Amino acid sequence: MNDEQIKHLYNSLGKGIRYDGRKLTDFRKVVTETDISKSAEGSARVKIGETEVIAGVKLIVDKPYPDTPEEGTLMVGAELLPLSSPEFESGPPGNQSIELARVVDRGVRESKMIDVKKLCIEKGEKVWMVAIDICTINDAGNLLDASALAAVLALQNTTFPEYDGTEIDYKKHTKKKLPIMKVPVTTTVFKLGDYFVVDPSTDEEKEADARLTVAFTKDGEICAMQKGGDTPLSIAEIEKMIDLSMEKCKELRKFVD
Amino acid sequence: MAYTKRFDGRKGFDELRPISAKAGIIPRAHGSAMFQIGKTIAYAAVYGPRELHPKFMQNPKTGILRCNYNMMPFSGSGERVRPGPSRRSKEISMVTENALRPVLDLKEFPNAVIDVFIELPQTDAGSRCAGICAASIALADAGVPMKDLVCAVAVGKVDDKIVVDLNYDEEAYEKGPVADVPMAYIPSADKISLLQMDGEISKKDLIKALETGKKRLMDIYEVQRNALKEKYKPIELDNNNQG
Repeated sequence: MNDEQIKHLYNSLGKGIRYDGRKLTDFRKVVTETDISKSAEGSARVKIGETEVIAGVKLIVDKPYPDTPEEGTLMVGAELLPLSSPEFESGPPGNQSIELARVVDRGVRESKMIDVKKLCIEKGEKVWMVAIDICTINDAGNLLDASALAAVLALQNTTFPEYDGTEIDYKKHTKKKLPIMKVPVTTTVFKLGDYFVVDPSTDEEKEADARLTVAFTKDGEICAMQKGGDTPLSIAEIEKMIDLSMEKCKELRKFVD
Repeated sequence: MAYTKRFDGRKGFDELRPISAKAGIIPRAHGSAMFQIGKTIAYAAVYGPRELHPKFMQNPKTGILRCNYNMMPFSGSGERVRPGPSRRSKEISMVTENALRPVLDLKEFPNAVIDVFIELPQTDAGSRCAGICAASIALADAGVPMKDLVCAVAVGKVDDKIVVDLNYDEEAYEKGPVADVPMAYIPSADKISLLQMDGEISKKDLIKALETGKKRLMDIYEVQRNALKEKYKPIELDNNNQG
């Protein structure tokens, strides 16, 4: 954005309105759909405005980590596909996609969404590994919140494939679902100058000084956070951002319950 | 031993699986499309003409086409596919470029590149052909000068039958010989721009399979054209507000 555009952006934020007519704390329309990939064990598509993300879950039988021999494992990968934005390039994952994957991972892991103890098949030898992959289809801002929601919906949609103790038959699915305990919802609050904004457009995202991503469990506990951007925040600001994030998480919860 | 009935219940051995296509599914791209055939889904996005990096690849005489075929990690019929390029995906990207290039005229775009990204969220054989079908709609959607659309399907032989549009179970048929022949076709030129084959087939049967495939490809062509027409529908004028 050029200087004039930036000036215009802040002017309108000052009036409590954004480019697309939304208020500062309004989300765009959220549309979700599950079971969008039959080859995955579970999958979901999330659209927030024009932003579109899909997540797929594959279940794999793997060796557990030596320090947690009775626990299944969780892996989150994210690909900012060059298909979804002129700014994304092919190649190994960059910082942005690694951060995205790790923030989503933390929300799922720390909320204890999945009862990993129930994923143990044979202590120290065989456990289920839950691999979540996030693929961006169109980036029109706020990939973080869209990805976190897609990952949770894909996990809720997951069913186990048939497993006879040695081989997995991915063609046959059982009705057994993942052992889900709590469901986290994640939203991000962006700080632009003195203003706090949720669900940013691409332009707003680029102009933001800082952001705070917060994952909440249903009972309102915070289970994961990530501050982004290089502008420091005061504790008062953090409190404000957490409050706003919590309010927005309550709104988004209707999509996972 | 004979292959008497198609595994997925299709009546004819030359029958295609259900197809649907949509243009303009990715707003950030200059052109985009979805193409689904049976359980195989391909998304394609076109970016460009845009500046080509690295610079040494630039051609001052013409723009170049660059395709990238990628399966999403959860899109395989078996285990998770490791993200990132593989030998398979690189080869498919290359033959996809070769299949599409004949219909493009990029002389107007010296030093530039047209990037085509093909992504598959779900597959059940025929993914490279679905990718070519999607890419060709996306290129037209992006307004790239084209002589024609390219349509693609796999033909072949399962046991004693000439078959069009093999699904995964047919590719994996074990009771007899199987030939899998992905082909891409340019209708206006009546030329074939992608031809690969693995398995076992006589020359006579191969030619027969290609001829049969050509007929069904015209059905795919129709679906591709309709997807574009659907997006670029003429504006219906409200008679009361004219003038």
